[in-house]
Amino acid sequence: MAGVWIWADVALDGVASSALELLAKARALGGDVCAVALGPGATGAAVTLGEHGAARVYACDDERLAEPTSRVAAHTLAALVVEHSPDLVLLPSSYRGRDVAGRLQAITGSTLMANAVDLPSTDRARAETLGGTTVVEVDLGGPAPRLVLMRPRSFEPSAVGGSAEVVEVDVVEPDGFVSTRVLERTDTVSAGPSLEEARVVLAGGRGLGGPDGFRMLEELAEAIGGAAIGASRAAVDAGWMPYASQIGQTGATVKPEVYLAAGISGALQHAVGMKGSRRIVAITKDPEAPILELADLGVVGDLFQVLPALTEEIRRRTGR
Amino acid sequence: MNIAVLVKWVPEPQGTPTLGPDHLLVREGADGSLDPGDEYGLERALQLVERDAGEVIAISMGPEVAAAAVQRALAMGAARGMLVTDDALRGADTLVTARVLAAAIRSVDADLVVAAVESTDGYTGTLPITVAELLGLPSVTFVTSLDVVGSELRAERQTAAGAEAVESPLPALVTVTTGVAEPRYPSLKGVMAAKSKPLDRPSLADLGLTGDDVSPSQTVASVEAAPEKAGGRVTEAGPETAAEIADLLAEARVI
Repeated sequence: MAGVWIWADVALDGVASSALELLAKARALGGDVCAVALGPGATGAAVTLGEHGAARVYACDDERLAEPTSRVAAHTLAALVVEHSPDLVLLPSSYRGRDVAGRLQAITGSTLMANAVDLPSTDRARAETLGGTTVVEVDLGGPAPRLVLMRPRSFEPSAVGGSAEVVEVDVVEPDGFVSTRVLERTDTVSAGPSLEEARVVLAGGRGLGGPDGFRMLEELAEAIGGAAIGASRAAVDAGWMPYASQIGQTGATVKPEVYLAAGISGALQHAVGMKGSRRIVAITKDPEAPILELADLGVVGDLFQVLPALTEEIRRRTGR
Repeated sequence: MNIAVLVKWVPEPQGTPTLGPDHLLVREGADGSLDPGDEYGLERALQLVERDAGEVIAISMGPEVAAAAVQRALAMGAARGMLVTDDALRGADTLVTARVLAAAIRSVDADLVVAAVESTDGYTGTLPITVAELLGLPSVTFVTSLDVVGSELRAERQTAAGAEAVESPLPALVTVTTGVAEPRYPSLKGVMAAKSKPLDRPSLADLGLTGDDVSPSQTVASVEAAPEKAGGRVTEAGPETAAEIADLLAEARVI
């Protein structure tokens, strides 16, 4: 029976929440729902994937599947796809998801839809384009399986309490494969909650004037007691903040309870990554800034005065 | 060492892009430029050949106006350019585009292929990887620092967990972020020199591609404006501003 597959990003510390989001959608589409988990941590992830609705998990823990070019992972997935002919493969818009999808497309000659936010059916994808101002629906043709990269947080994960059959798969290396070696790995340890999980996100842009401006956001985060710091692409391009903090089409998608944008004009690029926030506060000196149109509360003024005053007010209320 | 750099003409980022009746982006007559994101990889490629010898070839697929993007790359210092233009490529999806670019790269004999992580207009972020697979090359994506030592490339890249340093045999393809180099501004001399540099315009047949290779498998079924959010309140900053924002945070139960 053909069906819907999802790609699960896995690591030794568990399975990415994106896989559980994709499983929620796969179940809704119906048919045979399977997950593919390749690399260290794969078989360990099978229990969680089963609880979220995967009937079968194709898994392999082999280290080679984690090599940095994703070539081995893509060829291993391609062999499974050829053998089992799923209708649709959903992948997350993550580093590995994009690498695997891009390569799989070349191997199978399938169509690949990126940046999708929903799937009305197994052969049609919905995506936001032109910076989120326009919604397009695209019919996906060509040889099966259709490949769709979903934007993060497009669906809510939900556990259904099933258990998956685990199918061990063999590693497939492409012809003449020479490994790209990892010389060194540096994991970023962030102090506060992650951007995706934080209930409050404080994001800064060019208007903060430099890396020092972000200190004001850090102080505010401290006063609030746990907020994540994000940045616009302009601030990241200027080298003020690391790429990992970037919010927008390129970067993270956040949907916190409160999103506070300081010195961000709110270009379309940025809006796509934050407009799903529950409440939006924008502080900018530019009365024409597009972010003001998205804001529940827009403040036009000098953020070097507004931010410290806000931090002071919150400290007064919370006693921090 | 020869480095092929993939470049793209994109509509003016500050402009208002529009879709035509065929649901495709209106490119003709629109203001546009070399994708600013492409300049970083181009700059690093130029630095590498200036240090180690070799040449940079700027390769693009696009409509006639895209010649301006290749010209800009030549003005920055690329030795030659290639632009594939064909009416059959209008509405090309990522697989078609990847096939065309892979065939173009195959025709120039490059040791290294450099592309931006994603374009500023399409944001697909998969195209260079598909090109790498079609060419049977390793790929290193999200590169923040790039060097070539002998017949290997060394790169630092962003990952979901943080960063990693990798070493890969050449030939290879990399996608670079804005961190990889600070692009130069083309000099007047560079702009003048660009006019006499070779700009190849191969046809699809020259590249060995058939109609089937360039037939897209995606069709736009519908286009509509995204739902607009109900407007909020905009005020001038004043003595009550801090309390107002704090009230909103309290309402949201985050303080």
